[in-house]
Amino acid sequence: MSYRTPLSNVKGLGTANEGSEHFWRQRITGVANLILSVFVVFAAFQLAGESHSTVKQFFANPLYVSLAIAFVLSTTYHMRLGMQVVIEDYVHNEGSKILLLILNTFFTAFVALAGVVSLLKLSFGA
Amino acid sequence: MVQLTLPNNSKPKQGKTWNTPTKGGNWREFHIYRWSPDDQENPHIDTYHVDMDDCGPMVLDGIIWIKNNIDPTLTFRRSCREGICGSCSMNIDGTNTLACTKGLDEIKGPVKIYPLPHMAVVKDLVPDLSHFYAQHRSIEPWLKTTTPKPQKEWKQSVKDRAELDGLYECILCACCSTSCPSYWWNSDRYLGPAALLQAYRWVADSRDEATGERLDDLEDPFRLYRCHTIMNCAKACPKGLSPAKAIAELKKKMVERKY
Repeated sequence: MSYRTPLSNVKGLGTANEGSEHFWRQRITGVANLILSVFVVFAAFQLAGESHSTVKQFFANPLYVSLAIAFVLSTTYHMRLGMQVVIEDYVHNEGSKILLLILNTFFTAFVALAGVVSLLKLSFGA
Repeated sequence: MVQLTLPNNSKPKQGKTWNTPTKGGNWREFHIYRWSPDDQENPHIDTYHVDMDDCGPMVLDGIIWIKNNIDPTLTFRRSCREGICGSCSMNIDGTNTLACTKGLDEIKGPVKIYPLPHMAVVKDLVPDLSHFYAQHRSIEPWLKTTTPKPQKEWKQSVKDRAELDGLYECILCACCSTSCPSYWWNSDRYLGPAALLQAYRWVADSRDEATGERLDDLEDPFRLYRCHTIMNCAKACPKGLSPAKAIAELKKKMVERKY
């Protein structure tokens, strides 16, 4: 039994003074993903069935490798933002929520890192 | 995690059939959710038959007929019977709406009536709206000014007044908020479509001088940004308003003031 007033419950801990930036970045990365996907589809058609050396040659082009890295960064950041919203929506236990939010950041950061390192290796590697 | 099924003591069971038509005529079957805090019973769905030759055309007429002629214990809120007070909001035929403006001829088969979804039930079709009303109170729904009061009224151009169309008509029936999955899962922190539409009604008011403070109060991942544009609110609103659009306008204002 709680004697808190309904208004006290609604006001809770007050506003977090953030939220719009998250919302805006989700839109920005969404637009970036859409544009960069065109390049990814183009690259997939160019490279489907080609040999490793052709693929290496393709990514030796600074423009192509830059676009590919931009795609990896934009999608993984977008993925982190989106997954954060899903966790906040559905996980209500404070401990599990914080843990999952941390794991979400670690996971997406690692995916981004692995993607970028792989592309650089492909581009610069012997 | 989110609770996807009802707790055992809240699962509705088959209730009783109160009357069976003995003579021919124009009878309509009603299936109505019943629950009383006075016994330890689970909620149950009772069946009633309404004589349509003796009853008005709306769902509210039907349940008033049941209360008058069959079962005086059937509990529900109603007042104006013309869609302006917002009291008789309930879940009818799978959609949140006002019983007084929902025609019985719009429903095929038995008329199924439940209380507004995902709210604590006080009795039968009466949900506990204290939290919902407190959310409305929290957005401070009144004109806030610092300029000394004018001799007469605060003036507003015809164009500025038109900005409030589609917002001021809200009757706080709670059909929208209780149809919103985001509100179901996070109503403790998410203000919900009704309170946010009301918040925008004051943000959009050209006479108000607290626009910035109002937006500051909504700058929060839960209060405002739990809205994922699901649009159930706009679909449910019995007044034909679009809380989803009002929320989108709030989000636009949030970004607009940053750049």
